[in-house]
Amino acid sequence: MPDPKLSLRGVEKSFGEAHVLRGIDLNIGAGELVCLIGASGSGKSTLLRCMNGLEPVDDGAVLLDGVDIAEPGFDLGPIRQRIGIVFQSFNLFPHMSAYENVALAPRRVLQETDTARPRIEALFQRFGLADHINKYPDQLSGGQQQRVAVIRALAMRPETLLLDEITSALDPELVGEVLDVLRQLRNDGMTMVLATHEMSFARDVADRVVFMDQGVIAEEGAPEDIFSNPKRDRTRRFLASVLR
Amino acid sequence: MIAGLSTAIVVVLVVVLVPLAPGWDAVKRSFFDAETFVNTFPTLLRAFLLDVAIFAWSVPMIFALGLAIALARGAQSAALFPLRIFGAVYVDLFRGIPVVLLVYLVGFGVPGLGLPRPWNSPYIWGTVALVLTYSAYVAEVLRSGIESIHASQRNAAICLGLSSRDTMRYVILPQAIRRVVPANMNMLVALQKDVALLSFIGPVEILRQAGIFKSLLANFTPYVVAAVIFLCVTVPATRYADYLLNKDRNARS
Repeated sequence: MPDPKLSLRGVEKSFGEAHVLRGIDLNIGAGELVCLIGASGSGKSTLLRCMNGLEPVDDGAVLLDGVDIAEPGFDLGPIRQRIGIVFQSFNLFPHMSAYENVALAPRRVLQETDTARPRIEALFQRFGLADHINKYPDQLSGGQQQRVAVIRALAMRPETLLLDEITSALDPELVGEVLDVLRQLRNDGMTMVLATHEMSFARDVADRVVFMDQGVIAEEGAPEDIFSNPKRDRTRRFLASVLR
Repeated sequence: MIAGLSTAIVVVLVVVLVPLAPGWDAVKRSFFDAETFVNTFPTLLRAFLLDVAIFAWSVPMIFALGLAIALARGAQSAALFPLRIFGAVYVDLFRGIPVVLLVYLVGFGVPGLGLPRPWNSPYIWGTVALVLTYSAYVAEVLRSGIESIHASQRNAAICLGLSSRDTMRYVILPQAIRRVVPANMNMLVALQKDVALLSFIGPVEILRQAGIFKSLLANFTPYVVAAVIFLCVTVPATRYADYLLNKDRNARS
């Protein structure tokens, strides 16, 4: 593999007594789509939050293009606009319209004032939300809100997108529209790390699947290997429990 | 139905029993004299406008200072620790002193320094006393509002690359302020009443004017007039605050 876009070396993280990440090593190449799977509490979300510095790591390194962003005192502001993140619970700002949600950061951080509008409108157009651009979050369905959240992250022109179980809070019939957005982004060549319970999606579109168990990477590999021919017992047990 | 009946019984009892009290005739004459009521009403209403004016110029200062204190108390970084201490001490101090005492201390104490006009005005220092007390309360209300905004909102903003200052200004504060509007409405009602405390240090506002009439006419009715004028403002305002509170509760459940 050429130099990875994002590289984790021996990442450790505890919350009080709970040792959530126990030495994670993971490389993510430019343009790769990596799916993190594993039971709730296996450390997927925490791993994503460590990748953009939202959670400081206790030990280890997080290298973005070879630069350790986990160094204490590292200025994470510019990093966060290069690594976008979308959360399970959308976290749209309820007092702002969909457009304002998306436009806030480009205006304040990228200092874009006039140039942002057509760009943002094009994003809404592209992801089928042109009619909803001036609605408030509580007027949108869960799937629409989550697509706005993705657009909000994309508006910062990130190089990498972290997606934390972004379909888990959605009604089943709304999951598809959000996954379609991810397929389009994958075709654009966006680097993405996706924590997910959508096994069929992971099998269809992931370049690599990483199975986490109790804070370690138990197994990783191409989707067909992980899903059809898992090598470890605990991978097999997990897949049996979710693929029933 | 039952509520109506019991209310009617109570009203009848009050109307029948109170006049039976031995001092009722004297009380009626000195507190509920119709002629005095009508004669003093216009002057007292004009004096009340001064209360309204003091209220009106105090409110913006209270909210500006309250917001500053709330933000100081919420300061995160270690370098700003003194600011947090200052905020905490300020709130403890000015919430802990009865308003009337502060009105006396500031209203008589500071002009006692022998400041030249207009800096010895009781209007200025009375207002300062009110602003000090009420900004401490408003700071606490705003702080509770800020803390009620879920951490995920802050996270979402930070992850977009917003500075913590912009996060507060564009994401946290607009939501927090909206959430505490009902509590602040109650605060304003209390302030409107406490403006009358300035009567103790000089301004001839409604309470002072009522006192003057009382001495002139040897009758307490002007105080009743003042109470009625206050109620005309505070009851609708309290009801409106309750309405906002209920609306907010329903919207959130």
